[in-house]
Amino acid sequence: MIRNSLIIVLLAGLAAIFYGLFSNYHGTEKPNQLASYYTAEENINAVNSANLVTAVVVTYRGFDTLGEVTILFITASIVGFFMKGKVKPKEQRAVRETSEILATATKVLVPVFIMFGIYIMINGHLTPGGGFQGGAVIASSVVLLLLSNPNMKINRTLFTVLESISGVGFVVVGIIGIILAGGFLDNRIMEMGKLGSLLSAGAIPIIYSFIGLKVGSELSNLLGDFNEVQNEI
Amino acid sequence: MIYLILTLILSLVMLVGAVMAIHHPKLSVAVIAAGSVSLFASVLFLVLAAPDVAMTEAAIGSGLSTIIFFYVLNKIKRENDTQ
Amino acid sequence: MEYISLATGFLLVLIGIWGILTRKNLIKIILGFTIFDTGLNVILVSIAYIKGGTAPIIDSTVSAADASSRVVDPVPQALVLTAIVIGLGVTALMLTYALKLYRSKQTLDIDQFKDLKW
Repeated sequence: MIRNSLIIVLLAGLAAIFYGLFSNYHGTEKPNQLASYYTAEENINAVNSANLVTAVVVTYRGFDTLGEVTILFITASIVGFFMKGKVKPKEQRAVRETSEILATATKVLVPVFIMFGIYIMINGHLTPGGGFQGGAVIASSVVLLLLSNPNMKINRTLFTVLESISGVGFVVVGIIGIILAGGFLDNRIMEMGKLGSLLSAGAIPIIYSFIGLKVGSELSNLLGDFNEVQNEI
Repeated sequence: MIYLILTLILSLVMLVGAVMAIHHPKLSVAVIAAGSVSLFASVLFLVLAAPDVAMTEAAIGSGLSTIIFFYVLNKIKRENDTQ
Repeated sequence: MEYISLATGFLLVLIGIWGILTRKNLIKIILGFTIFDTGLNVILVSIAYIKGGTAPIIDSTVSAADASSRVVDPVPQALVLTAIVIGLGVTALMLTYALKLYRSKQTLDIDQFKDLKW
């Protein structure tokens, strides 16, 4: 009784604070100072990437992306550490036979998914997309493979090696930016091309491909852990 | 004008889905309702002129998060049955 | 239009907090956290909207010269991109802990875990 009334008081207090914030919001007519700095014409031509959100994530706020990559790595390793029960002998669990539609559709769709994921990763600076979206699409293709054949063992060594190489490559490209150009993760170390063509924006496609490979293999390891825990006691 | 009606319909469906996710007694229905909240939030992001965010929310929030919930529910049911 | 989505975001945050505080099943508490995260992302993206603006990508419709007057704010969109991926990581970690708790006591009711109460 006391607990319910305390919860209602807390929610009413939060609703009052939110209403105060909501009534002070008049819509924005012009961009503020930081946005007009990032979308000014000479700064767009300095970074030379057609997708402005990519330019902010990879070069202007690149240090936050490094922090996020670290958090994902810690999460994946903690889940892999905790998901080990008592080891059961290698017998397969009794699964229901998968339907024929799912098995046939998997064989047709998985190569298309992987090509689509790589396309989104590479064209991150021209169209909406980038490393995180491409990595999530590749992890979805691994989920489709695991759903149609639950006793499949995914190749852990390949994904772990790929993830480590991508992480180290990302940091090495950032440090090369300190040595050769303005600062950490500067993209002027390779030549800028024309705005809007595939080989433009300096080192942004390389950095985003490293991030995409790392996110994709990490999420695949995570889903493989969740799949293999179904076998154990 | 059409965007205003679209935003209103999407918001109503999202709020109904969120209340159903917390309130319904069966767990599988609740997980699917939370996945539908993520899906309609992704369409709302597209109406608000943010295509990058819409793609990320659709792939990660609505796809992978629901799958992980179902893996855990399956494991709990399997341990419950073998006792 | 951004007023409606801002109000929706605030209501989703309130529904998420209500779900965390009143439910007894562990999986329902984790679902409350997921709804809370989605509401916060909707609030952040709807603050970035500028009236009559378009998506922040330069192509044949928006050229580089008049980008600063027709394009919405790109900085909160970059922050939300990071926040969505971290929300998935936190959900996966919470579900791992729920599985370990179920293995130790065979129940998902949060009132049975009394080891840390004084």
